[in-house]
Amino acid sequence: MKIIACIKQVPDSEAKVKAENGQVTWGDAPLVINPFDEYAVEGALQQREANSGSTVTALCIGPESAREALKHALAMGADDAILVSDPALNELDTVGAARVLAAAIQKVGSVDIVVFGRQTLDNGAGITPAQTARILGWPMLGLAGQVKVQDGSVTVDRVIEEGRQTVSAKLPVVLSVVQSIGEPRYPSFMGIRKASKANIPVWSLSDLDVGAPKSIVKRTELMNPPVQDTTIEVITGESPAEIADKLVDKILAEKVL
Amino acid sequence: MKTFVYIDHFKGEVQPASWEALGLAKSLGAASAVVFGSGLDAIAKAAFEYGADEVFVADDSALTDYRAEPYASTLSALLSSQSPDLILLPTTTRTRELAAMTAVDLNTGVLTDISGLEANGDQLVATRPIYEGKVLEKTVCTGKPVIVTIRGRAFPKPEADASKSGTATKVEVKAEALTNVEGYSASESAVNLGDAGVIVSGGRGVSNNPSLQAPAGMDEKQAELWRAQQGFALVTELAQVLGGAVGASRAAVDAGYIPYSHQVGQTGKVVTPDLYIACGISGAIQHLVGMRNAKVIVAINKDSDAPIFKQARYGVVGDLFQIVPALTEAFRKKLGK
Repeated sequence: MKIIACIKQVPDSEAKVKAENGQVTWGDAPLVINPFDEYAVEGALQQREANSGSTVTALCIGPESAREALKHALAMGADDAILVSDPALNELDTVGAARVLAAAIQKVGSVDIVVFGRQTLDNGAGITPAQTARILGWPMLGLAGQVKVQDGSVTVDRVIEEGRQTVSAKLPVVLSVVQSIGEPRYPSFMGIRKASKANIPVWSLSDLDVGAPKSIVKRTELMNPPVQDTTIEVITGESPAEIADKLVDKILAEKVL
Repeated sequence: MKTFVYIDHFKGEVQPASWEALGLAKSLGAASAVVFGSGLDAIAKAAFEYGADEVFVADDSALTDYRAEPYASTLSALLSSQSPDLILLPTTTRTRELAAMTAVDLNTGVLTDISGLEANGDQLVATRPIYEGKVLEKTVCTGKPVIVTIRGRAFPKPEADASKSGTATKVEVKAEALTNVEGYSASESAVNLGDAGVIVSGGRGVSNNPSLQAPAGMDEKQAELWRAQQGFALVTELAQVLGGAVGASRAAVDAGYIPYSHQVGQTGKVVTPDLYIACGISGAIQHLVGMRNAKVIVAINKDSDAPIFKQARYGVVGDLFQIVPALTEAFRKKLGK
C-alpha cells in the first residue's frame, strides 16, 4: 500500500503565543511538527508494518523551514518526504490547503491511504482532512482511534462525543487519527541520521498544475484574550471538613450551581 | 438575514448547542432549522418550540446513522436551493466534517468553534480561538452561505415554548454513501466537556496518595495507574454530586490515567463551565488557556506555588485526598443529595 501522512509545522505547544502589532508571535520558541500529526505519522507507520510492501510518504505544505518537520517524520521512520512550497501559498485558508494537498496526492498517484492528525495547533479548525477527502471524492474516516485494513477495506473505531463508532470503507480513503492510535514512536538514532541526509523534493504550484487558491476565509483582527480579574481567596481551616464547609458556602454564594 | 441552523443529534439526542445556535439565529432575523436522520418528528417539534420559523427535515432510513458524505450532499443541495446567507451548526465531531464538506461543495468557507458573531454592515464577523486559545482572531467568510460552527455555552439557550408547533418541510435526500456504519458502543468515557456546566478535573497529583498501598504483585507503573484510578474515583464522585463532567490535565492523560476525551486544554477543548474545580493540577499553560474562562475556578493543590492558583477564585493548599471527599460530603449535605 502507498500511504501518505499529511503534516504541518507549528510553534511548540509550550510557546507563549500572543498577538502583537497585528501579528501572531511566539518569541524564540521552536517550530515543531504539529503534535497531532505525530499521531498521523505513527498511524501511517503502524499500517506499513501491518501490510507488507507498504511505504509511507510524509507530505507538508510550508516554507523552506518546514523541512525540519518532514525530517522529524523521516526520523520516526517515514520512507520519503515531499515539501509543497510556493510564495503564492502564504495566505492559505483550509479549503485552499485541501485543494493543494489533494493535487499533491494525485501527483504522487496510486495512493491507498492518506492519514491526517485530528487538527493543527495553530488554526485548530480540524476541517482540512474532510475537505481533502471531499475534493478527492474518497471516503472520510475521521477521528480514528483504531485502524484495520483487510481485503481492500478499512475499518476504524471513531472516537466521538457519545462513545466509539465502528465505520468501514473501501480503499482509497482519507483518515484522521486521534491519540488512542498509540503514542508516537521516538525518532531512532539511525532514523535521525537517515533524515539528516534525506533529499526532500520541493513541489511548487506549477509542479502540481494548480493555480494559487484564493482565500475565502480572511482574518480581520487579532486579539489577546481578555485578562481575567482573579484575586484568589485561599480557604484555610483546622480540618478538611471545616475547609470544605467554608468552600462550599463560598461556591454556593456565587450562584453558579 | 436568512439563517439556517443545523440541529445535530446522535440517535435522537440533540446536542444542546444546537438550540443555542437557533437562539443566535433568531437574534439575527428569520431562522430555519434543518434536521437529518430518521424518525425525526420529536426533534422537528422541539425545533419549532425553540423558535424555528420553519423546519426542513430529511427523514430517511438511508440517513439513520450519521455519515459525512450523504449528509453533506443533502445539506449542500438544500442550501443551493434555499440560498440562506448563513448556516449555523453546533461544533461537534460530526459537524466539523459536515461543514467542511459542504463548504467544498458550495465553494465557501467555514468559521469553526466561534464564541462571538457580529454584523458589520452586511458582513458577519466571527471571533474564534487560534493557537489553542492563546490568541483570538476575528474572521470573515467571503463565500455564500457563510458556514459557522458555534462553541457550546458561548450563546444563551432560548426558552422552549411548548405551545408552538408547525409542519416540517421535506427535503430531498442524496443517499449515496461511501462508508458503512458497523456498530456503536457507548464507552464509559463518553464525555462532552463543552456542554458541561460544572467540571471537576484531575491532574498528575491524583496518583500521589501517600496513604494508599497498591495491591501486592503490581510493578511500579501498574501501582501508579491503580493509585490514579482511586484518585479519579474521588474526582468522579464530586463531579456526580454536582451533576458535572470529569476533566483531566494533559499530564494525567499522557500518563494513561484517563482517556484523552477528558482532556482540557489542547486545541478544541477550551471549556467554559460555570464552575471548574482543579484537583492536583499544577497548571501548565495549555491547561490554563483551556479553562480560564470558567466563571468560578477552584484550585486544590498541595504546592502553594502551583501556577493554577494564579487563575483561581478560591484556592485550598492541601491534600486533595482529604479535601475532595470532604467537599463531596459537604455539597451532598448542603444540596440535600
